[in-house]
Amino acid sequence: MITSTCKNLTFATIEAGAGLKRALELGQAGIIREVTDSGIKGRGGAGFPSGVKWNLCAAAKDPQKYIVCNADEGEPGTFKDRIILTTYAGLVFEGMTIAAAAVNAPKGILYLRGEYTYLREQLEAELQALRDDGKLGENACGKKGFTFDIEIRMGSGAYVCGEETALIESLEGHRGEPRNRPPYPVNTGFDGHPTAVNNVETLAWISCILNKGSDWFRQHGTEKSTGLKLFSVSGDCDMPGVYELPLGITVDQLLAEVGGSNAKAVQIGGASGRCVPGSQFDRKIAYEDIPTGGSVIVFGPGRDMLDVAQNFLEFMVEESCGQCTPCRYGNPTLLEGVEMLRNGRCSAGYLKELVSLGESVQISSKCGLGQSSANAFLSIIEHFKEEIMGRTVDAV
Amino acid sequence: MTLMTQQERLRGELESLVAQYGTARNALMPILQEVQRKYYRIDDYAIQVIADLLDIHPVEVHSVVSFYSFLDFKPKGRFVVRLCQTLCCEMADKDRVARQLSNDLGIEFGQTTPDGKFTLEYANCIGMCDQGPALLVNDKVHTRVTPEMVNQIIESCRQVFGLHATQPMEH
Ligand SMILES: Cc1cc2nc3c(=O)[nH]c(=O)nc-3n(C[C@H](O)[C@H](O)[C@H](O)COP(=O)(O)O)c2cc1C
Ligand code: SF4
Ligand code: FES
Repeated sequence: MITSTCKNLTFATIEAGAGLKRALELGQAGIIREVTDSGIKGRGGAGFPSGVKWNLCAAAKDPQKYIVCNADEGEPGTFKDRIILTTYAGLVFEGMTIAAAAVNAPKGILYLRGEYTYLREQLEAELQALRDDGKLGENACGKKGFTFDIEIRMGSGAYVCGEETALIESLEGHRGEPRNRPPYPVNTGFDGHPTAVNNVETLAWISCILNKGSDWFRQHGTEKSTGLKLFSVSGDCDMPGVYELPLGITVDQLLAEVGGSNAKAVQIGGASGRCVPGSQFDRKIAYEDIPTGGSVIVFGPGRDMLDVAQNFLEFMVEESCGQCTPCRYGNPTLLEGVEMLRNGRCSAGYLKELVSLGESVQISSKCGLGQSSANAFLSIIEHFKEEIMGRTVDAV
Repeated sequence: MTLMTQQERLRGELESLVAQYGTARNALMPILQEVQRKYYRIDDYAIQVIADLLDIHPVEVHSVVSFYSFLDFKPKGRFVVRLCQTLCCEMADKDRVARQLSNDLGIEFGQTTPDGKFTLEYANCIGMCDQGPALLVNDKVHTRVTPEMVNQIIESCRQVFGLHATQPMEH
């Protein structure tokens, strides 16, 4: 069916259920310690330490808690969660069950983007098999008093619903408009109850960590960015697909791996990420240098960087929820600016104003969408001025 | 024997959806998604009935429907073709596929064929970026679509109409 190239994933070597079994032996505090010791940070983009999140959620005093798996994967250039859900969903459900044991939540919800509806039937079947096997439900996994089950809820075509508070709004039957934070979902989440929201990949890795130990995870990556990460690679390279690589890898190393060594630039982190020019290919992909949820788009020598800025801004204009002014008005104004640059009608003075507008949108927007919507535009202006300014109309 | 009106039938269906998902506000999305799937739209009558059953103001329901790109007031075609317009698919020459879709269906993006069979739209990244250009036909995904493949994709949808030609459209 739908195949993406992906080789040698750790997930393929993991024995089903082993991590969960060990987790239940360790108990609440033990699980949280193991996850904290591993140093794993969220794989969904924001990079919040998962152990800290679970600790906060565990500490919340409310018998009704929720584990939400964020499968809204909508960042342009990202498809690793689709691969995980297609082939390794068991590890994700196991990770959710481990999370439930850690924070003491009786209910889990997988929020699956509407565009992935074709995955639903298979996922429901896998959940039913887990129920039949006693892994979900009352006294789950044979542990007396441990009740946990997972329900699948669908998105309906809105990128912003990947933002965790917008996701919760959507689950509650509202428009997917992000909330102010704090309060954070770990205190006030779904229907007002403490909720731990985690990315698909984060949960799958946590199953591996509980199985192989936090020391194993820490062997990979850097001090601040521990472990392995899946990268979704697309664009102008010989071998696009999903790659498992240690965090801390340089852009150069990654390009060599995927057959993209003649690239002129690479977009890391999707539409909300940054464009890295060739002169900076020695930088590290890691939370402390170039952070990412895993989207890598390679641009060959012939690509027009203004096309890139335009496409991403069009994306942001369409996907903005429109709730706050900087994002609602700022992004269309930046897009108009791109149009002026395209037509060679943008003065250096106005370009400066556009840059300062972009920076204002970053600092004054309510959620991560507006806070990062200008990133691509700003980094392209910064690194590709010679290509962008003084165009004659039919220049490429 | 009394003939059921369309509206009575829709009401019955909504009541059973509410019986299934509950009357809590958090049941709203699954209910709306089901209505959209079955009726290709969520019309004013459906909005009113759902609001009554969930005990919320119809404006609340209306506002939710208006937010999500997969929920619609206006009738969509039986087959909704959504071509990804985001960067990776753009770089993979999605414009040529777009042109051919528009030619073969005889409509522009954003339109529905007069027979109500096809709606043509753009979508943003659908998670097939390594295999663009990509498109969805309802829930089915097609990857590495070429202009020549467009005709075949549309024809395979038309065959479904052949099989169900005797069934009336529901809206
Ligand atoms: C506009 C926007 C879209 C997002 N989309 C996703 C997404 O599709 N999947 C995801 O896991 N996180 C997404 N996030 C990040 C979530 O808000 C949240 O940080 C994440 O789900 C937490 O899980 P993690 O800590 O395991 O990464 C998005 C954030 C923003 C601002
Ligand atoms: S920054 Fe944009 S997407 Fe986020 S809340 Fe404001 S308007 Fe909505
Ligand atoms: S950009 Fe088209 S599927 Fe991602």
